Amino acid sequence: MIKRSFFGLATPLFPYDPPPRPPADPLDIPLPETISLYIEKPFESVSAVKLKVGERVHAGQFVQLMPGDAEGTVSPVAGRVTAVEPYSGDFGRRYTRLTIAAEPSGPQDDAFAAVAAEPTLAGLTRYLSDCPGAPPLHLLDEGGPEIDTIVISGMDSDLLMATSQYVMESRVEDVKKGIAVLKQVAAEKHIVGVVPRDRIQGYGHMGCEFLAADASHPAGMPVKIMHDVFGRTVPAGQRVEDVGAAFFPAEAVAAIGRSVSEARVEMHKLITVIDKQGVTRMVSAVIGTPFSAILAACGITLGARDSLIVGGPMTGAAVYSTDHPVQADTDALMVQDSADVPLSSDYPCINCGECIRICPVHVPVNMLIRFLEAGQYETAAEEYDLHCCIECGLCSFVCPSHIPIFQYIRLGKYELERIKALEAEND
Amino acid sequence: MINQNKLIVSHAPFWHNGSGIAERSYNVMGAALLAVLAGFMRYGMPAVGVVCLSVSMAMFWELAYTRLTKMPDTIGDGNAAMFGLVLAMMLPATTPWWIVVIGTFLAIIIGRQIYGGIGSNAFHPAVLATAILIISWKNHFNFDGAYVAYNFDFLSRYPLGMLKNFGPRGIAHYDLMDLFLGRQVGGIGSGCGLALVLGGIYLMLRGYIRWEVSVSFLVGVFLTAQIFNMVNPERFAGPLFHILTGYTLLAAFFLITEDSSSPVNPLPMVIYGLGGGLLVVLIRNIGAHTDGTLYAVLTMNLVNPLLDKIRPKALGKVA
Ligand code: SF4
Ligand code: SF4
Repeated sequence: MIKRSFFGLATPLFPYDPPPRPPADPLDIPLPETISLYIEKPFESVSAVKLKVGERVHAGQFVQLMPGDAEGTVSPVAGRVTAVEPYSGDFGRRYTRLTIAAEPSGPQDDAFAAVAAEPTLAGLTRYLSDCPGAPPLHLLDEGGPEIDTIVISGMDSDLLMATSQYVMESRVEDVKKGIAVLKQVAAEKHIVGVVPRDRIQGYGHMGCEFLAADASHPAGMPVKIMHDVFGRTVPAGQRVEDVGAAFFPAEAVAAIGRSVSEARVEMHKLITVIDKQGVTRMVSAVIGTPFSAILAACGITLGARDSLIVGGPMTGAAVYSTDHPVQADTDALMVQDSADVPLSSDYPCINCGECIRICPVHVPVNMLIRFLEAGQYETAAEEYDLHCCIECGLCSFVCPSHIPIFQYIRLGKYELERIKALEAEND
Repeated sequence: MINQNKLIVSHAPFWHNGSGIAERSYNVMGAALLAVLAGFMRYGMPAVGVVCLSVSMAMFWELAYTRLTKMPDTIGDGNAAMFGLVLAMMLPATTPWWIVVIGTFLAIIIGRQIYGGIGSNAFHPAVLATAILIISWKNHFNFDGAYVAYNFDFLSRYPLGMLKNFGPRGIAHYDLMDLFLGRQVGGIGSGCGLALVLGGIYLMLRGYIRWEVSVSFLVGVFLTAQIFNMVNPERFAGPLFHILTGYTLLAAFFLITEDSSSPVNPLPMVIYGLGGGLLVVLIRNIGAHTDGTLYAVLTMNLVNPLLDKIRPKALGKVA
């Protein structure tokens, strides 16, 4: 864990952790007995769901949840559906959870082969949107926001996490193929890769330009990349797509490349596993694998009051159960010993200014937190730049009062979102 | 699922750099210790008595307040003790006990808790308390009178008093090096420039106080005094004399830098420091008070919220 340096006057740097060279092979997690998928669609009722318990699915089959739905997901394994149930995530998000009992030698769906032979945007979007890295293919569609640039990000957005950097080291051919496929289906878009500055060498033959970004947090976060590398500032409260960029994690591009060249939907996700000592290792697991299977394979035991975190130490999200599955965007899994879990306090802001000096986007955190603590979210947004925050987590990291600033910020944004939705409903 | 450990679900970030309020308070106290020890050596046991009483009374008031109002005990964070210590540094070694008791009450209860406790005080609590004490019991803050019982081997008249009464001719006999080494009368912890500067450098390097504020404060004092001195050397003392006497150095590193009452943005910090320095010399040279430092600090505390509105534009801010 990074601690405050003795000479607190110096501005600290938070270097990302590059994978070793040459990269070690990932640890393969055996196919678990059951996998579960989260579909971002609220579960209405059993009768509304098309997919029934007991139904068989093939590996790589596109499964629809509701009748007449264009959306759906791709089953990573062959097997039998054992449960379809509602699930609520953080901040009231509602999902449908699909559980499938895996049959290791079950049949492979062959519908994707046709797409692979003749890739089209619609075909890729249908089959590959949920593959590792969650490529935002839907953004490239005509109806979506105006996108002119596809950014292939070889940057990880949190400390200790090395999944994207690892892909850029070890899956170069897949990424290259993926770039070629993207060029084919989205010919008019400009494709640019971004990698850490010290690893910029060696990407001359990839088929697109590669630019360098700083290798320290939060320079790997999409909004920061847009600003630092592309000189485009994302306006407060908007996303990178609103300034014309679609962000594809390197792993997503590799998955597209491999899926198309092997005519089979790639469903193995790379995950950086961070153990209690902060030692990392790369594992490869089928999407839907419960975390418990990964922990078991890595020989990590979780004690009472330990923490299991999806993502890295600065921006991750703790989960309450090891049943939680690997999802398309699960880049890291971190285990923290109960003794290391930092506690927040109910101390007020002492106006020390540490947060001001660390915030990469100049949010007046010391003022903002006063309004957030008082629940005055509107003022926080209008006068104290709540929506400019890029959620890097650094302010909370340095606050000597141990105020859960970052959590307050997320809560504030969520509450405003909710108020807005309510107002829209009433109109 | 059934036989599962309970996991802690907290929120990001899952790391903290380990800093804390207690650490800040104790480091400030540690840095002040050198200057306090210099005071002990100069004034002996009475100084020890005043410092001990002040620190313990400040802690007592803090505890009494949190207990009475049924708030969580905050005495452990060292913040009250720190203000007690800083208050004692401004007092003469011969201060009667009841003034210390009242002073700590003013600092902790009036200057800090009434405003809402730590982080909410608009003024530096110890400065506010000392200013009230000086107005109320002026005689006890007459440094010439306070030390009549002492036999010093240096000029035992309060330098700023001499300046006020006799102009630069009155201070011709002071040696700047003597003043810097603490061979002058004054508050327990405000006399020894060397000790204060060492403590200040320590605090600046470790980031517990902001160098922008301290340095620009000293620059403000220096420039203003220099201008006055150039315009009329017969009437106004030189800049170094102003820096080495009164509460100037104490203010630069322990008073004007206080977290809650000072700005956090870069430009405001500089303006704040410069303004403070300017006021110190203005009050000393053309105002009614002998040492204007406390009023300069309080005035700057007052404009701090306004100053701190000057801040860099947030990235992505619309309009
Ligand atoms: S999380 Fe904190 S430090 Fe990071 S951008 Fe937001 S306000 Fe600034
Ligand atoms: S770091 Fe914490 S205590 Fe310091 S100014 Fe920011 S919010 Fe306040």
